Amino acid sequence: MTYLGDVFALARKDLLLELRSRDTVPAMLLFVVSTLVVFHFALPSDASATAETGLLWVALLFTALLGLVRAFVAEREERVLDGLVLAPCDRSAIWLGKVIGVVAFLVAAEVVALPAYALFFQPVGWELVAAVALADLGLAAVGTLLAAMAAAGRARELLLPVLFLPLVIPIVVGGVGASATDDPGRYLAFLGLYDAVFAILSWASFEYVVTE
Amino acid sequence: MSTSLRNNQHVVLAAAAGCLLLAGTSLAFYWVPNAPVEGFRQRIFYVHVPIALTAYACFGWAAWKALRLLWTRERRYDLESYTAVHMGVIFGILTLVTGSIWARTSWGHWWVWGSRQLVLFLVLFLFYAAYFMLRYSVEPGPRRANMSAVYTLFGVALIPVSFLAIRLAEDLVHPVVFTHDVQNRLTGSQLLTFLVCLGGMLSLAGSLYVNELTGKRLDARLRELREALQ
Repeated sequence: MTYLGDVFALARKDLLLELRSRDTVPAMLLFVVSTLVVFHFALPSDASATAETGLLWVALLFTALLGLVRAFVAEREERVLDGLVLAPCDRSAIWLGKVIGVVAFLVAAEVVALPAYALFFQPVGWELVAAVALADLGLAAVGTLLAAMAAAGRARELLLPVLFLPLVIPIVVGGVGASATDDPGRYLAFLGLYDAVFAILSWASFEYVVTE
Repeated sequence: MSTSLRNNQHVVLAAAAGCLLLAGTSLAFYWVPNAPVEGFRQRIFYVHVPIALTAYACFGWAAWKALRLLWTRERRYDLESYTAVHMGVIFGILTLVTGSIWARTSWGHWWVWGSRQLVLFLVLFLFYAAYFMLRYSVEPGPRRANMSAVYTLFGVALIPVSFLAIRLAEDLVHPVVFTHDVQNRLTGSQLLTFLVCLGGMLSLAGSLYVNELTGKRLDARLRELREALQ
């Protein structure tokens, strides 16, 4: 099998698993919508549009975290990862397949979250959609690698947020900047740069995280 | 000569740190003239900035050792990288403390979000504090060594990316001393004092690093012996 064949087989496995068990995406959808409702009550009634944008990004970040905590559950509980590492495929294909699955979950959550945000708070512009799309790639790239690390630890559910949040602060800066300022181009370019740097780094280093 | 230097590394480094820091402090207090705008309080610059640069040097050293570990798969680099991160975090906390004092004297607040370096060090502090969480939560072994190394490498990528992010996000409040602006450029005496202080801080970090590494190696050896006895 070619490299891309491996990647798609692995991504397909994740999507099929989710389609059959349906435990991650519905939880992410409910979580993101309830977070938006909570934010409505947390904000004062005269809150600025910028504050609302910022809170949307916080909601998206925590939704991504929710999905990532679940990302390697099957691999760990059924010891799939050991099998995958032994399989004659490039280890970075495991990472890429998982990233595709995580991006699909995130997009599914955002297809609901952005219209809900438009309904509850303010209309959604193209800049916000572009920023969210770029941010998804970065969140999935970094998050998948860290989730694989956290899966090896004792306190996985606690470890992942602690590892993940400091690393994705630049994504929040880029995302909020792109959707709240008059000059979104700079911030979108920055998000693209972040994606490129950390995707390459994660792709190259994933092998070391799953092997000895 | 070179072996005697190697054997007495910690003594040489400690002596260099002591002399240079003493010299740097006296130069900073008695020799350098007051800064035109900030006056006497600008002298914290000779403490704050060398500490910050030393913290970067420690993180860079840790990343170099991490890269060597992934490259050669030699176990000893793990401990070296870990010790360097440890030192980096200590100097990072000192940067936050001294930066906070400088912010208080210059702008009247203990914390200023407009100060890029302070915000960057806060992000780095959170990032490297999570490094310890990672190490303590994973079973010791080659896989933990690999993971720590990968995480350390992410750190050096995070430093410029975060810096760019903070630059994009913030306004300019922190006094930037290394500019090409003529009035703001360091004069000869300032530069010399700064370099002496930087040398002192780097030797201090080196001395702490060597001592800590010796201790950690002894610890590991002792544990191995204890396990062999059981």
